[in-house]
Amino acid sequence: MKNRLASVTRSCGQRQLRHGQRLLAVNSCPLPQRRHVASFEQGPSQRPDSQYVSFPGAVKSAFCHTMKFESPQNYPALPTYRVVDQHGVVVDPDFQPDISDEEVMQLYRHMLTVSIMDIIMYDAQRQGRLSFYIVSAGEEAVAVGSASCLSKDDVIFSQYREQGVFAQRGFKLSDFMNQLFANKHDPGKGRNMPVHYGSKELHIHTISSPLATQIPQASGAAYALKMQHMQDPSIPPRVVACYFGDGAASEGDFHAALNIAATKSCPVIFICRNNGFAISTSTLEQYRGDGIASRGLGYGIETIRVDGNDIWAVREATKKARELALKDGGQPVLIEAMTYRVSHHSTSDDSFAYRAKVEVEDWKRRDNPIIRLRKWMENKGIWDDNKEKEARESTRREVLKEFSKAEKEKKPPIRTMFEDVYEEMTPDNKAQMAQLREHLERYPEEYDVGDYVGGRDSLKP
Amino acid sequence: MSSLLRPAVRLAASAAAASSRVPAAARISKSVSPFSVSKQSAVSAFASQSRTYASDAPSGTKDYTVRDALNEALAEELEANDKVFILGEEVAQYNGAYKVTKGLLDRFGERRVIDTPVTESGFTGLAVGAALSGLHPVVEFMTWNFAMQAIDQIVNSGAKTLYMSGGIQPCNITFRGPNGFASGVGAQHSQDYSAWYGSVPGLKVVAPWSAEDAKGLLKAAIRDPNPVVFLENELMYGQSFPMSEAAQKDDFVIPFGKAKIERQGKDLTMVTLSRCVGQCLVAAENLKKKYGVEVEVINLRSVKPIDIEAIVKSVKKTRRLLSVESGFPAFGVGAEILALTMEYAFDYLDAPAGRVTGADVPTPYAAKLEDMAFPNEPVIEAYAAKLLRL
Repeated sequence: MKNRLASVTRSCGQRQLRHGQRLLAVNSCPLPQRRHVASFEQGPSQRPDSQYVSFPGAVKSAFCHTMKFESPQNYPALPTYRVVDQHGVVVDPDFQPDISDEEVMQLYRHMLTVSIMDIIMYDAQRQGRLSFYIVSAGEEAVAVGSASCLSKDDVIFSQYREQGVFAQRGFKLSDFMNQLFANKHDPGKGRNMPVHYGSKELHIHTISSPLATQIPQASGAAYALKMQHMQDPSIPPRVVACYFGDGAASEGDFHAALNIAATKSCPVIFICRNNGFAISTSTLEQYRGDGIASRGLGYGIETIRVDGNDIWAVREATKKARELALKDGGQPVLIEAMTYRVSHHSTSDDSFAYRAKVEVEDWKRRDNPIIRLRKWMENKGIWDDNKEKEARESTRREVLKEFSKAEKEKKPPIRTMFEDVYEEMTPDNKAQMAQLREHLERYPEEYDVGDYVGGRDSLKP
Repeated sequence: MSSLLRPAVRLAASAAAASSRVPAAARISKSVSPFSVSKQSAVSAFASQSRTYASDAPSGTKDYTVRDALNEALAEELEANDKVFILGEEVAQYNGAYKVTKGLLDRFGERRVIDTPVTESGFTGLAVGAALSGLHPVVEFMTWNFAMQAIDQIVNSGAKTLYMSGGIQPCNITFRGPNGFASGVGAQHSQDYSAWYGSVPGLKVVAPWSAEDAKGLLKAAIRDPNPVVFLENELMYGQSFPMSEAAQKDDFVIPFGKAKIERQGKDLTMVTLSRCVGQCLVAAENLKKKYGVEVEVINLRSVKPIDIEAIVKSVKKTRRLLSVESGFPAFGVGAEILALTMEYAFDYLDAPAGRVTGADVPTPYAAKLEDMAFPNEPVIEAYAAKLLRL
């Protein structure tokens, strides 16, 4: 800011005046104190014999007379909270499951569904039946676990590896397939790449490809929820949950979002899936600090690091986070969920170019969120091999059924290409549509439009 | 004629204009330096941008600065709709870097007039998120130059989400702030973004000139369910214009996509926008005095959608076209106007259409160099005269 202004002051009397006015304000015009903002009264003045800094920028800092630079190495890494270890054994003595056995099995089925769908759709992409796919293998617990602790009216901003969130909130297999095949039932009208799901009914914003843009938007949505609740207290208080990866947390938008959510007290839960890789960039190359969690503290945000392969830890942390996010009118919370991206980044990536296959196999064998919950359920006696076999087979059948149904459906009307550019169709949109119709009518032999609902007729005004 | 306005060409043009048919103001200064030709005229001409109707002013007409008109528009829309809020750097306690938001914090409180940290991508992302959740934010950029830090949020999220969500997520948001060169603010604070945002499907882009434009277009922008880029001009904030009685009311809106004929004419169509409208009106008066020609001046008001019908209609009458704007020449607003005219009215043109634009260089800081980098009245006049073979 300072630099910017330095470069513009010559031109503009107002902006010069501006500095003068600000000084005046500091000296003579106390303004009401706002949360998180040092009031002007505090000013740079210093009370005699004070033990604490009263510079407005760090009001809680004590003076010291030892010259010492703080070194990150002197601080232990933030701990990772877990409830159940990789053998399915409960390690938190205070832990009691807060949901029924049936509900636990439902969570498990959602994780299983997502992982089976991922394998089938990955192969379908390889067969050329869709252009692109992203799997979430290894990260199912973060998505399903966190989503299971939100209210159904809470708002979600996700990245593109949170199929589990969609499944948990009620996105059906047919909904996934309709979007993936961009058919006439796709609520996105076939305009988005595969896996860019969205659902108005489930309060999940449509996924946006550019990395991290959803994070400041989530802060804004949280601000909107807060305003709505303030204006109409009959609307129950709600939070926004915002998902992103360790790579996205390097984008400027991440930092902007956390800072603005903190300063504007927005009720938003930031959930980082730290899976070790941003496409091919490992976290060793991505950052030097203590993961993503350490950054939350820097922005003055309540933060926790959890074992993302432990659905119980994710659930406990999310429940508490939601409570914190709604406290005192709203505040952001950061959860860093540690996982491992078992899969390639997407169908456009071959991760064995940058990591050893054996490393991945090790992870698969050593620790996996689905197996961990399965072991827990088996230890509790509510799950066994038969149930496992039955669940896997029926899910697979169901996926394949919806797959072939969605693949055969017609494509959205050609008309949708020109709609929703604006709320209303502009004369330009209409003119383009008329031009296309004229062209298709002139060369009917050249274009097969039978696949599209309504064919050429959808282009009629 | 070379249609792109580069400094050397401009120098030649203004020198030629000065030597062949010397304007009264220029005659005096010609002996000093060709540079000051433009400068002096610019100053005198600038003053006359603020037209008032001393004797024949319709009753009820009142003078408004562009700043006051914008402020009134914001206040009225904040009053009218609970969902509207404004945010940006220093918009609240400080009343805005240019005082456009003066008094709004006191009137509407800190929930609706919000100071943000210095993070364009952050507060723009926040506003887009709030818009996607049903509020109607107005984002003030201290200048549009700083919005480059947030352009991904404006273009990739603001403009495209309605379409990419299948029509389920409207984004009613207004992005506003001063655009274009000001005075001595250097290359990084002088850009004109009309063409940038004008090229994006999903965005609407408007640029007011007068106080009525400012009020009517800003109110329309806030009410419009689509994302709107509202390009103000720092040099116009303090300019006064008469505001009709109708425009003073709180239901006054100007529809997008409709240009306004600011001056009727039959010999040449000047299509222009923002501050250049006033410059064109001055140039038109001078051309009338000197050559007796009548120039029609079209104030575009709206860059996207652009009112090509008004342009074609005028060109059919005048058979000549000159576009005048202060953006860079390449792929600019002028380029679009000429291309559209070529597509829809080629047969009506009696001469190649011309464009006057800013120079194709990063804007220099030094005052005299900066003067050379943008169109002014004598340059517009000289190009018009050349196009009309006067």
